[in-house]
Amino acid sequence: MAISLIRRLIQALFVILAMTVIVFVGVSVIGNPVDILINPDANQAERLRLIAHYGLDQPLWKQYLLFLQGLMHGDFGDSFVYGRPALGLILERLPATFELAISALLIAIVVGLPLGLYAGLHPHRISSRIIMSGSILGFSLPTFWVGLMLVMVFSVELHWLPTNGRGATAEMLGVQWSFLTRDGLAHLLLPAFNLALFKTSLVLRLTRAGVQEVLPQDYIKFARAKGLADRRIIFVHVLKNLMIPLVTIIGLEFGSLIAFSVVTESIFAWPGMGKLIIDSINLLDRPVIVAYLMMMVVLFVALNFLIDVCYTLLDPRVRLDAKA
Amino acid sequence: MSHLLEVRNLVTEFGVKLGLRAVNDVSFSLKRGKVLGLVGESGSGKSVTGFSIMGLLDRPGRVAAGRILFDGIDLATLSDGEMRRLRGKRIAMVFQDPMMTLNPVLTIGTQMIEAVLAHDPVSKEVARQRSRDALGLVGIPSPEERLSAYPHEFSGGMRQRVAIAIALLHHPDLIIADEPTTALDVTIQSQIISEFQKLTEQSNTAVIWITHDLAIVSRVADDIAVMYAGRLVEMGSVRNVLGDPRHPYTKGLIMSVPSQNRRGEPLRQILGMTPAISRLPSGCSFRTRCDRATEACAVMPDLMAEDHRAFRCFHPMTRIDA
Ligand SMILES: Nc1ncnc2c1ncn2[C@@H]1O[C@H](COP(=O)(O)OP(=O)(O)OP(=O)(O)O)[C@@H](O)[C@H]1O
Ligand code: SF4
Ligand SMILES: [Mg+2]
Repeated sequence: MAISLIRRLIQALFVILAMTVIVFVGVSVIGNPVDILINPDANQAERLRLIAHYGLDQPLWKQYLLFLQGLMHGDFGDSFVYGRPALGLILERLPATFELAISALLIAIVVGLPLGLYAGLHPHRISSRIIMSGSILGFSLPTFWVGLMLVMVFSVELHWLPTNGRGATAEMLGVQWSFLTRDGLAHLLLPAFNLALFKTSLVLRLTRAGVQEVLPQDYIKFARAKGLADRRIIFVHVLKNLMIPLVTIIGLEFGSLIAFSVVTESIFAWPGMGKLIIDSINLLDRPVIVAYLMMMVVLFVALNFLIDVCYTLLDPRVRLDAKA
Repeated sequence: MSHLLEVRNLVTEFGVKLGLRAVNDVSFSLKRGKVLGLVGESGSGKSVTGFSIMGLLDRPGRVAAGRILFDGIDLATLSDGEMRRLRGKRIAMVFQDPMMTLNPVLTIGTQMIEAVLAHDPVSKEVARQRSRDALGLVGIPSPEERLSAYPHEFSGGMRQRVAIAIALLHHPDLIIADEPTTALDVTIQSQIISEFQKLTEQSNTAVIWITHDLAIVSRVADDIAVMYAGRLVEMGSVRNVLGDPRHPYTKGLIMSVPSQNRRGEPLRQILGMTPAISRLPSGCSFRTRCDRATEACAVMPDLMAEDHRAFRCFHPMTRIDA
């Protein structure tokens, strides 16, 4: 296990290196941050001073080397826009995005798993067909459109829920969280649901497919031959087999929830990383873009590792292979 | 003594089309403590007969006609819950394929203990104790440690023994054993056979022993029922049927088994294959492969009874033919 972790970290290091090069080249191809950042009315002396301050007067390869040098000391560079350390900017927004993503994931599991189980166990009932058709909608409706509809219906028309920002927050473990206050929870509900819609459909369909794969197995028939109650067969024999593919997918999807929270965060003005990165790309704020992407790589590596750990806990056959 | 199990004119269909009768008009009965050997080629309907009794047919399979009486109870009249309480407790089954029978993600212990607890309100400790004893009974070494092992850590033969141990947990009145020793080597096979024999004597358990192997039938069974394409073609005491078969198919099965008495003679296989149940010939199902067939065989022969035996053939063999 430790060896595989180390191997992955080294791989991640290479990915990060390659990615930073791409971002450096990419940003310089798209445009010159100077044109966006510096007030056109500024005089020439002021211009030159700022360009030198950002290090943009150096050739690109030199800028890159300087960046790497900074990295060695844990310095990701300062944001061109805010003039503050890029990493700090991102970390500040991290809890908001995490809170949104975790809420969405919880909704996806709490709603998708039981519905998928039901649809898999009773595939011929009309209710199951309705559930499955609904999941197709959840798959195919674009997130931004659903988000706008949610805002229109629940905020503009019904005035039930707010749509803007995180609302009141409370502190836990030194971080501000929305779900701890009534107001914050109300603010969280719509964006979380919006982000969860696609994942709910995914969990639902995966669960149903899994149930239908496990049910015809001989070991389920044998469990029935032992005279076990249906409840035990479903919640132990079927569910335990389902957990293996589900955990894998859910783990991977958590990464994409964070990466793709951009749309939802923009619609609901949720002050998370997604909104920050969109703004940064618009302003060619290279240090923030680089730092954000590096964090994403680390996040995905960490998630993959966690999934592997869960895997070995859930599937006894994998455990044996690891021992061998 | 009355019968423990009586199967009367059982018809089991897969799909509504008339042709898909996996079991067709099958009747037999079984007394406590007796062993019935159910033989026949692959696809003849042996397993489906077993699952029909257990009430565990896969969709769209269903019992379309006939009655199954267990200890005087018509199983069709039982509710799902009542049937569940019977399964594993009074009627147990050992499945054909030991590699697929056990749940891969649960320990052997979990799968045994839950089987005990499904029927008996005992403590988990007691259930564990009983599971351990059952494993010991079927010859699994160091049963205590094996309880916490997973199925993939066992060989096929070991898994089959676990399945047999599970079937024995509640000392059922009837065990349906579907090829229980096929995956086992000869020594273990003998051990399992004597274990079953002990059980039938001590607990008066009745057994339906499904197999291809006539040698095993002659060792363990009191009676034998021969199936061909979903129907019983011959039935009677093992001594009568195997020693002096009436049906040409039975005779063919016997001739295809290596035997001490006919050493040196070539083995004779029955020509051709069992036809698919959807494409059976009209009349006697065996007539496409039978060397005694005549025009008369174009109608389905009834089961004809002759002192303590029955067969389904217009031109039965006699001792002279053999
Ligand atoms: N789930 C099913 N769906 C459709 N048909 C089935 C199903 N199970 C069995 N059958 C049909 O029933 C017939 C009898 O099958 P069965 O499994 O009882 O044979 P068997 O005598 O046990 O053979 P074997 O010795 O190979 O185990 C087969 O020909 C098959 O076509
Ligand atoms: S009835 Fe005719 S075809 Fe069928 S087994 Fe007897 S002799 Fe052969
Ligand atoms: Mg079979």
